Formats: sequence, structure tokens, C-alpha cells
Amino acid sequence: MMRVWLLLAVVVLAGTGGEVAVTRAMKQIGEVHQFHPRALLRVLGRAMLVKWMWLGLGLLAMAFFSLLALLSWENVSYVVPLTALSYVVGALMAKLFLGEEVDHIRWLGVLLVVVGVVLVAVG
Amino acid sequence: MSVARRVRLKTYVMIVLMVVFGPTGDALLREGMKQTGGVALTSVRSIFEGLERGFQNDIVWMGMLSLIIFFVCYLLVLSWADYSFVGPASAISYAVVTFLGWVALGETVPSLRWVGVLVICLGVFLVGHTPTRTTPETQ
Repeated sequence: MMRVWLLLAVVVLAGTGGEVAVTRAMKQIGEVHQFHPRALLRVLGRAMLVKWMWLGLGLLAMAFFSLLALLSWENVSYVVPLTALSYVVGALMAKLFLGEEVDHIRWLGVLLVVVGVVLVAVG
Repeated sequence: MSVARRVRLKTYVMIVLMVVFGPTGDALLREGMKQTGGVALTSVRSIFEGLERGFQNDIVWMGMLSLIIFFVCYLLVLSWADYSFVGPASAISYAVVTFLGWVALGETVPSLRWVGVLVICLGVFLVGHTPTRTTPETQ
């Protein structure tokens, strides 16, 4: 049981932490305007030179393999409702580490999404 | 078209692509890993053996390709939109997956799950009414 909760914490924290780091890297690259394949490859190449990207990818890989492990022990309908917490942690981290403005409406939306995801997974 | 509207439209297009390729990749990966007997977490060796079996399955590779497309779209949208916008907004995929399962596969969807879908839609609707970007432009 203990290992399930530990892995769950890794999934949520490493997952959102990784996404926040990746967001930071992409904001450093700046808004992508061109979408033909060569331009996209150039963007991805530039992104790979940003340290935040590597930290983010590392954390995301950690979260991914932890989730894989978790899903092999526990039922999806048990794991997914708990990982829905990521939306709250993500909004919190976005506010703290990315300086995003999470106003009341966005918070309410995030909370509804969490409740909804839990209901979908449990139902 | 105003800049804000163009950015919003771009964001929605990327979220639609994420909703298509994310769940598709998840489903393929799940199916492929199930076919190859999953990953037994009894020892480090059995983990690697399980992953190795998975890598020999075409469906696993198709799933990974789909997830790579999903991830590239995710990276692109995060280059201009808020993480706290894109994250919850892409939860609409739960609603889409449930609806498609019901329509295309004739799955029976318990009423509690429909309530969840409704609540998610409401949440995404609210998030969608906040600005797509609240941080200053870097370049």
C-alpha cells in the first residue's frame, strides 16, 4: 500500500513539475508562428538546447514510468481519480513558478475538472 | 482577426489535436502492453523484460508515435498559452472519449460517468473563458 502512495506522489509531483519546466522552456523559445515540418524541427531543436526542457523531460519520464508501474498493480478506476489532483497541483505550480494568473474563474474551472475526472473514473 | 482571437484559435486547434492523439496513443499503448503480458514489477530484471516484450509489439510503437504527436502539439501550445489554461482545458478529452465510446462502440455509460462528463464540460467552459495567456511575451 505504501509503495502505491509513494508512486502516486511521484506521478503527481514529477508529472506537474515536469510540465511546468517544459512550459518554462517553451516560453523561453517564444511563440511558435510557423508550422511547416522544417520550422517545427527547428523549434524542437532549439527547445532541446534549453536546460529547463531536459529537466522537464526527465521528470516527465519519471512520472510516466511510475504511472506505468502503478497501472500494472492497481485498477485504472482507482489510479485516475487520484492523479486528477495533478490539475490542482499544476495550477498552483503555474502560479508560483510561471507567474500565471489563476483567477477565481480559472480556479473554479480547475476544481470542476477534478471533480468531473473523479466521477468519470469512478462511475 | 485580432491578435488575441488568433492566439485563442491557435490554442483550440492544438487542444483538439491533443485530444485526438493523446487518448488514441494511451489506448494503443494499453492494448499493446496487454497483448505482451504487461510489466511485472517483481524485480528490475522483470521490468526490463516486460518493457522489452512491449517494444516488440507494433501496437505499442503506434501508440508511442501517437503520443509523440500529442507531445509535440503540447510543446507548441505551451510556447504561447498558459499551462494552467491548456492543462485543464485538455481534460475535455475525458468527455470526448466517453462520448465516442458510447456512440461508436456502443458502450454502456453509467449515469455517474455522464454527470462527470457534464461537470468536466462545465469546468472546461469556465477555463475557456479566462485569457489564454496571462504572462508577458518573451520575444
